Amino acid sequence: MAITLTINRKKVSLDIDSNTPLLWALRDHAGLLGTKFGCGIAQCGACTVWVNGEATRSCVLPISAVANTQITTIEGLDPAGKHPIQEAWDELDVAQCGYCQAGQIMTAAALLKKNPHPSKQEIVDGMAGNICRCGTYHRIQEAVALASKKVKK
Amino acid sequence: MKTTRRNFIQQTALFTSVFTLGFDWFESKGATMAIANEPGRFNAFLSIDAAGKIRLYSPNPEIGQGIKTAFPVVVAEELDVDWKQVEVLQANLDTQNFERQLTGGSGALKHSWERLRKAGASVRQMMVQAAANQWKVDASVCKTSKGFVLGPAGQKASYGSLAAEAAKLPVPSTVTFKDRKDYKIIGTRVRGVDNKDIVTGKPVFGIDVRKPGMVFAQIVRPPFGATLKSFSADDVKKMPGIIDVVSFKNKVAIVGTSTYEIMQARQNLTCSYGSDTPLEGNDTHQAWFDAGMKTDKATVQRKDGDFAKAISEAAKVIEATYECPFIAHSPMEPMNFFADVKPGSVILAGPTQVPQPAQKAVATLLGVPENTVQVELTKMGGGFGRRLNNDFALEAAELSSIIKKPVLVMWTREDDMGGGIYRPAVRYHFKAGIDAKGNITSFYLRGVGLNAGNSTRQDNFPVGAIDHVLIESVDQKSAVTTGPWRAPITNFLGFAEQAFLDEVAEAAGKDPIQMRLDLLARVKSNPVGKITYEADRFAEVIKQVAEKSQWKKKPGVHQGFSVYYSHFSYVAQVAEVQVKNGKPQVTHVTAVTDCGEVINLSGSENQVKGAIIDGMGHAMFAKLNFQAGVTSPTNFNAYRMIRGNEIPKIDAYFVDNGISPTGLGEPALPPTGGSIANAIYAATKKRFYKQPFY
Ligand code: FES
Ligand code: FES
Repeated sequence: MAITLTINRKKVSLDIDSNTPLLWALRDHAGLLGTKFGCGIAQCGACTVWVNGEATRSCVLPISAVANTQITTIEGLDPAGKHPIQEAWDELDVAQCGYCQAGQIMTAAALLKKNPHPSKQEIVDGMAGNICRCGTYHRIQEAVALASKKVKK
Repeated sequence: MKTTRRNFIQQTALFTSVFTLGFDWFESKGATMAIANEPGRFNAFLSIDAAGKIRLYSPNPEIGQGIKTAFPVVVAEELDVDWKQVEVLQANLDTQNFERQLTGGSGALKHSWERLRKAGASVRQMMVQAAANQWKVDASVCKTSKGFVLGPAGQKASYGSLAAEAAKLPVPSTVTFKDRKDYKIIGTRVRGVDNKDIVTGKPVFGIDVRKPGMVFAQIVRPPFGATLKSFSADDVKKMPGIIDVVSFKNKVAIVGTSTYEIMQARQNLTCSYGSDTPLEGNDTHQAWFDAGMKTDKATVQRKDGDFAKAISEAAKVIEATYECPFIAHSPMEPMNFFADVKPGSVILAGPTQVPQPAQKAVATLLGVPENTVQVELTKMGGGFGRRLNNDFALEAAELSSIIKKPVLVMWTREDDMGGGIYRPAVRYHFKAGIDAKGNITSFYLRGVGLNAGNSTRQDNFPVGAIDHVLIESVDQKSAVTTGPWRAPITNFLGFAEQAFLDEVAEAAGKDPIQMRLDLLARVKSNPVGKITYEADRFAEVIKQVAEKSQWKKKPGVHQGFSVYYSHFSYVAQVAEVQVKNGKPQVTHVTAVTDCGEVINLSGSENQVKGAIIDGMGHAMFAKLNFQAGVTSPTNFNAYRMIRGNEIPKIDAYFVDNGISPTGLGEPALPPTGGSIANAIYAATKKRFYKQPFY
């Protein structure tokens, strides 16, 4: 039976195995390639998307669990790249290879949504679940702080 | 080979450029450069349209080291334009006309510096000449600024307006480069040209390749040293979404319509393997190390003076053994590659650091002419050396030729971590003899590597400063496949040497920094044998790091020092450790790098900090185990990667000397294990002889 959900504000109906992880449903069936595969076991955060606004690892989340939810992927955050997190990421030139960054950005944007002005320690803790093999951690943390300044008090 | 030409014509047709210079991105001397409306033997193009928009077609694959940004910066600087006017596009592989299209060995920039400057300066000179002709003045009285030529009487013409006339002029045979004090872009912070694509999630990586009619596949590979005896595919083929199950070269490929369906079906595959010799385990490797240390058949890599005699006469002998395991590269994007093999044409697409060898190897494998094989380059989600080996491209091509379909072969993380081409495992044994005054008089190193080739770097400092030296290597063949890993060999040898010298300094009662400086002074005044490094540049990074880190001037802080020369660059580091709740914590690393001219400060800082984090993470945590030819662990739950809450503060400084730029993707890594281990020793009196530390 097809599963209906909203992805980036668009209603989508997926008629595939309901055990399919959301990551692969997005990539192989919904044509949204921005969300990345890194480990497949909820360890690296490369696959982070929002489910009803909550940062969630899509690689271990079957689509049966997300029927009728609102999904936001990196493509839906702000396609023009104007979200404060995206702007801060460009301004501080965070990325090296860039592969982990969709997951980092979705995690960071969710963090700021909950806590618009996090302390340095809250940023470090909030971002610790996402691996960056290139080691861009300093700039990730600095960019979250910069974006937090851009968010109006 | 028509790839670049076709690309080029398609792209320029859209942009209606009126001026196009074709040049060779890589050749450093005597290569052609010409106005190219119908491009010939070029791999890079600089084009200007009537509106003044400048486009650079860069042939280097981008892997995260930032050359796709750094190279154009150099051209734009000499061209004297505003960086905002420049757009950078990735060109595909043009094998006929390419000399060096690869990413590895930190050599890209060193190789291209002159050439890139010349391209920019030539076009600038042609714009000046076009304006001078128009204004009927001598070219020498005209200046340029931000994409405009300025005349003596206040005339001003944009490059765009001059482009059509400039295109009719001959390309100058000699050019003058800018004085570095006039640099406006080089040395500043330039943001990555792909940043927008990254933050909006554009499908730019290999894993994102999608082509009409494409299917997916995963490949089950045998344990190291084993052969595939049989496999049962019947249950797999019945699974939903599975198109085919085929076998080649001891591997079994499962082909299907979606990734998840393949992952599910894969669980039903049973393979049986055999082997003629016992499969390797950790104990096999240990036994090989032991044997390699004892053998009298080591290869002598360097010999100065008479080591045996000198060590027997030494007042004190320091001896230590260091060892590192095999480790995986673990780029965040696992290996993958697309191939579409059809009669008369082969299309490959994906992340490779070396497209040209991929084309060659695939042509040989399939028995087709090289010029029928096209390679489309994607962005790479990291490489660290892993993508220098084209096994993934060959597999994809072979599979496509068997199933006669366009196919994207995806490696899972387990496939990637278990699939070989690792950093080789090595054991080192060092000996140093010191005289009664604490001077090092003799130095010995033997490296025993498993598929490591020469596991020493025999000309490395302190060699050159010591009278009696013997450096030997033993290479033991293993079924476990290996390849270059970021800063090949030196990624661990750097740690071992720098940790050992710390021990020697302690035994000699010397300050580790002063001991290095004394040795370098000796190299300057009275060098021993062949010297491959510049003692002055070495000493400079050491002095600067001592000053910037306040060496031995911070009460309560434990410091460790190291310095290393690799890939033509010099990096000195001081790490700081504080003991918190009884545990040593690396809190700060100060690094001073001499990589010649810093092209893009933002990218350079990112490389240094990234390499230090990489070096630290792998030194502390990374290890692969082997049992019966099978690797473990195979994913990040048990193979620990350093995370953002485990990193020290890092200060990255650069020596400002204006020397031609050298490598930066790798050189900051080798000294890292050493500075950290030495700092932990200062705090705990515990030395590390093995990686990982924990
Ligand atoms: S791919 Fe989902 S956490 Fe790594
Ligand atoms: S930027 Fe390469 S993995 Fe994070």
